[in-house]
Amino acid sequence: MLRVVIAEDAVLLRAGLVELLGLGGHQVTAAVGDAEALVAAVDADRPDIVVTDVRMPPDHTDEGLRAALALRERHPGLPVLVLSQYVATPYATRLLAAAGAQPAGLGYLLKDRVGDVADFLDALRRVVAGETVIDPDVVRVLLRSQSADRPLARLTPREREVLALMAEGLNNQAVAGRLSITEASVVKHCGNIFMKLDLDPTEGNRRVLAVLAHLRGE
Amino acid sequence: MNEDPQPVAVWAALRARPLRFPLTGWVPRCWAHLLGGVLLGPPLLAVLAVLLVAGVGLSVVGIGLPLLLALALAGIPVATVQRWRLRLVEPVPVPDPHRRLPGAGRRARIRTRLRERATWRELAHAGLASTVLAAASLGCTALLLLSGAFLLSPLVVWALAPESVMLLPGHAVSGPAAALPFSAAGLAGLLLCAYAGALLTGVEVALARFLLGPREDDLGRQVLELTRSRARLADAFEAERRRIERDLHDGAQQQLVALSMTLGLAEYELRGRAAQTAEATSRADQATEPASPDDRAAELVARARGEARQALEQLRSLVRGIHPQVLTDHGLAAAVAEVALHHPIPVATDVELPERLPAPVETTAYFTVTEALTNAAKHSGATAITVHGRVVGGRLVVQVTDDGRGGADPAAGAGLAGLADRVALLRGRLMVTSPKGGPTTLRLEVPCSGS
Repeated sequence: MLRVVIAEDAVLLRAGLVELLGLGGHQVTAAVGDAEALVAAVDADRPDIVVTDVRMPPDHTDEGLRAALALRERHPGLPVLVLSQYVATPYATRLLAAAGAQPAGLGYLLKDRVGDVADFLDALRRVVAGETVIDPDVVRVLLRSQSADRPLARLTPREREVLALMAEGLNNQAVAGRLSITEASVVKHCGNIFMKLDLDPTEGNRRVLAVLAHLRGE
Repeated sequence: MNEDPQPVAVWAALRARPLRFPLTGWVPRCWAHLLGGVLLGPPLLAVLAVLLVAGVGLSVVGIGLPLLLALALAGIPVATVQRWRLRLVEPVPVPDPHRRLPGAGRRARIRTRLRERATWRELAHAGLASTVLAAASLGCTALLLLSGAFLLSPLVVWALAPESVMLLPGHAVSGPAAALPFSAAGLAGLLLCAYAGALLTGVEVALARFLLGPREDDLGRQVLELTRSRARLADAFEAERRRIERDLHDGAQQQLVALSMTLGLAEYELRGRAAQTAEATSRADQATEPASPDDRAAELVARARGEARQALEQLRSLVRGIHPQVLTDHGLAAAVAEVALHHPIPVATDVELPERLPAPVETTAYFTVTEALTNAAKHSGATAITVHGRVVGGRLVVQVTDDGRGGADPAAGAGLAGLADRVALLRGRLMVTSPKGGPTTLRLEVPCSGS
């Protein structure tokens, strides 16, 4: 059971999230509608994870994201899962850039994903476990918007697929499952990717962050 | 200043045949014109003077203001009469300088007229017409009448004989023959009147053109105002689009996300129960049932969720066509990336802008890119598209290139024509090059100042 603080200004979605997390066996200690209340709730409740909308009152721009970043400063390592209505890669890259030295336990998902309850709950668990979870659509945009002169152009389409799934935070086994290939060939692809991108092949979450750092242009 | 280069007809006639001029039809027309000025002058002077004096005098008690207002506007009807009067001596009519105000209320009409410079020029002309011009016309007319009388003096003397006639005070004219010098003087006076009348009439025509006709700067103002009102209209449309987008975002879109979430919950519950039931039944009698009712229900709910997601996706693409939120929040680069993501043909985006651009520039550029992408998908048969955007020398330059078959007709796309209008409003340029065999390139250049 996780103790969760939710920040979402749309009443319907907030209620839905509370219900969903309850069903998943988690405890929602606070469900608030704006960034200020979010900060107060986190300070008071010390939750295991924060789930926040990007856009919230009063300006409906990026209050939720800014609050999340501020909270990460104040409570290092606090897992944060950010929900966004649209891809908006600048949000994702800002989130990851600000994470910097404390990269663990971050997530950026589109709100549509919440409908896949099992996947969403899984993402929640993974973020709390210290992994980084980025929405596949966001990864797709990040991969696509690379201009041709970047090292990424050297990757084969298959290697790009593997990289995209890695960026979503999947491990070798899961990547192999998604692409219907053997784990051994995933390992081989990974080796090629790291070699082509001049990266140190390290294990687990750190390599994802290395990839993402690379994606946002070093 | 903006003197009309058009020649004054009466002067032209005078210059063409100076000696024969007194015998032409111009002379009586000029005289009739001047006589009209004489008749118009005194009553006009009286009205203007009364309005001015009464207006100023009564302004302390408040009634004076409407009178002063009437004075300010008095030049307009007078000018209408003057323009009509000039048609006797000038074949080219002086156009009405005022703006047409169909359907405007009386208040708006008065306010507009007071703001027009032409109104004040017409008032000035009325002032001149009632004083200087009227006096000059009166002088000319008096001389004309006197000359006429002198010319006919032998006849008068003859008719009235034996009564003596005094043409000059104290000097009786003895007979018709003695009156002949007067007659000659009268003829000379008439000649003088013919030339003086022509000159004076010409001056009036020129003055009327100067004061009563439209001027370049009036037209310039009208064009400027037209441009401004067009820009205002475009802005209003833009604001309306944003409002619709907000309403959709806060309303229908949230509802659909919530719906899909609720359906997801139902599916989760049903699957969980189905799994439990399956476990229970398998433990109970080891029989494998094909599918429990919960399983089937879960499938139906999953389908419903898929449909809700499709509806949401459709709504989103609709919103993208209206005014995407991501454009408002993050600017052009992010919005273009978002569109590229949902495009059927792979789109490589390379848009790097130093800062946020003015909203009209961003919106125009965004819709230009989406239109280009749509056209590429529809007609070009392209397999790859690149969108390149930079700010170069204070101008946003966006280029959309596809590797399709080319031969696109820029005039064919109504969407593109509408965009060209928007671009023109921002003083930008929209160029399409599409040689047969490709590639098709659409290039947009807009000043970043945004106006």
